Amino acid sequence: MNLEILGIVVLWTFLFGYVIVASIDFGAGFFNAYSLIVGKQKILTNIIQRYLSPVWEVTNVFLVFFFVGIVGFFPKTAFYYGTILLVPASFAILLLAIRGSYYAFETYGARGHKGYSFMYGLSGLLIPASLSIVFTISEGGFVSLVDGQPVLDYWTLFKSPLTWSIVLLSITAVLYISSVFLTWYANKAKDVEATALMRKYALIWALPMIITASGIIVELRGHNLEHFNRMIDLWWMFGLSFLLFLSTVWIIWNRRSYGLAFVLLVGQFALAFFAYGISHYPYLLYPLLTIYDSFTNRAMAISLVVAFIAGLCLLLPSLYLLLRLFLFNKRYVRGDSDYHP
Amino acid sequence: MLNEDALFYSRVLTELTLSFHIIYATIGVGVPLMIMIAQWVGIKKNDEHYILLARRWTRGFVITVAVGVVTGTAIGLQLSLLWPNFMELAGHVIALPLFMETFAFFFEAIFLGIYLYTWDRFENQRKHLLLLIPVAIGASFSAVFITMVNAFMNAPQGFEIMNGELVNINPLVAMFNPAMPTKVAHVVATAYMTAAFILASIAAFRLLRGSNHIYHKKALFLTMKLGLIFSIATAVIGDFSGKYLAEYQPEKLAAAEWHFETEENAPLILYGVLDDGEVKYAFKIPSALSILAHGFPSSEVVGLDQFADDEIPPLSIHYMFDIMVTIGVWMVILSLVFWLGTRRGWAFIQTKWYRWLIVLGGPLSVIAIEAGWWLAEVGRQPWVLRGVMRTAEAATSSNQVDKMLILFAGLYLILGIGSIVVLSRMFRRNPVEREIEDRKAEKGGATS
Repeated sequence: MNLEILGIVVLWTFLFGYVIVASIDFGAGFFNAYSLIVGKQKILTNIIQRYLSPVWEVTNVFLVFFFVGIVGFFPKTAFYYGTILLVPASFAILLLAIRGSYYAFETYGARGHKGYSFMYGLSGLLIPASLSIVFTISEGGFVSLVDGQPVLDYWTLFKSPLTWSIVLLSITAVLYISSVFLTWYANKAKDVEATALMRKYALIWALPMIITASGIIVELRGHNLEHFNRMIDLWWMFGLSFLLFLSTVWIIWNRRSYGLAFVLLVGQFALAFFAYGISHYPYLLYPLLTIYDSFTNRAMAISLVVAFIAGLCLLLPSLYLLLRLFLFNKRYVRGDSDYHP
Repeated sequence: MLNEDALFYSRVLTELTLSFHIIYATIGVGVPLMIMIAQWVGIKKNDEHYILLARRWTRGFVITVAVGVVTGTAIGLQLSLLWPNFMELAGHVIALPLFMETFAFFFEAIFLGIYLYTWDRFENQRKHLLLLIPVAIGASFSAVFITMVNAFMNAPQGFEIMNGELVNINPLVAMFNPAMPTKVAHVVATAYMTAAFILASIAAFRLLRGSNHIYHKKALFLTMKLGLIFSIATAVIGDFSGKYLAEYQPEKLAAAEWHFETEENAPLILYGVLDDGEVKYAFKIPSALSILAHGFPSSEVVGLDQFADDEIPPLSIHYMFDIMVTIGVWMVILSLVFWLGTRRGWAFIQTKWYRWLIVLGGPLSVIAIEAGWWLAEVGRQPWVLRGVMRTAEAATSSNQVDKMLILFAGLYLILGIGSIVVLSRMFRRNPVEREIEDRKAEKGGATS
């Protein structure tokens, strides 16, 4: 494996990490706000707050890690994506800022404020939508070079069906991933009511999620045939992913092990995410930028990989400790809180 | 292709974001150390008050961290969005410390979460202290790594340019550039100093506002003592920074000192105004600039006459230098008198007016931080990478920067007001007297 591939695999893995933890986070915010509106907050709020509180900051770092890493490994992406993404990325920053700060303000300042919770929930759906635009742009056809500077054609982007398919997928996936996770978490907390409610949401969102996901593949056929063909070559990965999806739904339907359901769900998304990534190879921005012509110099690549390994040696035990103390700590999950507000 | 509007607004937006971010970032770097020290003192003296101090600081700290995180995310992305050409070049050379900063930040985030949500889980306070150590280390090291990036922009090295291409890149040489030691040390020391004085001004304010609890007196003495240590450290390192500038970046020093002609026995100019190229109403201390620059009164200091007109930074940075140094010296004196006065029992340090001066000290330190950063950043104009890339060549070509500026200005306004409101409400609703009572009640309930 050469360094280019290693670099993109590392980054893709971290992006996948972000997709999962952020989906749980965004979806939880939405369900929390929704439960407030329909008057079910007593069932859900405790479960959601207990999970979200210790990890909200960590979730954000996954994203920072990805964009710092991609500029490090592939500096040319700063030139292309940096120039064209000013407006969409600024909106995403704005939403992330509102979300991060209002979460802290609400939790520590004015607990239970309806307006905050509502903004928090809404931003959770808008952020995935605004971030997923990058995926659309990377498929090519929206960026042209004018005087050597990349320029984004917003109107073409706006009216492209591909854009809207990806936006829809990001929203349905967020709600699906989050509800499956929270079903498991609520079940661990022995909260029967919350489990039942989250289970219902998981089943509701399963079908729209898989329909929008399949829709993307159809859309790509019209938009980027080369990518579509490469995806067809990887049909077995998508097929496996679909089987995992069916098993997840089956398990949840039959109220079997929710933990296993969540593991299968992660497997399903990992397969689809990596199959999508592999079929995108070697382009970072089709057809202007590949991972080869944007790769950093050898010395930097090696030092980044060394720093990455050293960093992981520090992070993995810490993350394990975090999970053990909260996610896998029965007393904490059940709400024997150590926190005195 | 140069886009003048985009360049101007990019500079304004970057300045706005950073000026806002560094307030929270400085608190974010300095306060964890203070929390850790308070926890440690509490364990050592077996004094509940210090433990409580650590916890109350942490609770406020979380709010500032939240704003620091989101504005930090903003500046992290804005670097690529507003300065794509710079990041493309810099990514090749300086990505390593940027990358390491996210690890430090990750590390801090994990342990801060653990500390916050295991408030009373462990019987032994030492375990809580153990959780605070990685928080303080992570916070300080993110400052170290990110300042390395900034130092590189002032003293780029670790690469060569051949036919417009970067060759012979060495990331470690780029990280350990000549500007690095003084910059990193100064940034970290001032962050500790500012955090200590901000916490001191809170304690002084509570004492002024009627609460005469011993808790606030302990907090005040601890933070003023720490503030004294770190403000002296800051002054010493500041002197080294001056010597660094004289050696490696003389145009910044010369512009900050209004030192126009290269000469020996160069005087230090304090205050004054610049009127049509003439310095008026200034104090001149003979030979002081030579001492500041090289350690000897007779040494020669390079003046602005040695530089082309389009390579000289704006002369207004002199005012920033004055503000920074004056506040720094003032804080050393204020905290030194307080410390001596407490030990010797001078009555006047207990008076209202002296406490008001301490209350002022926190905001003043923040102003000094801002002035210092403006001095450092404007002082390397017109370069974004000194001697390699001009700021004008680095900016984006996008036409939407002005709109984004308005957007972000609105965001920072909301965040600023929001954080102040939440913080003051949080502590006003739950004063320390009540919290001590609550904890007693809890403990009583537990043992009976």
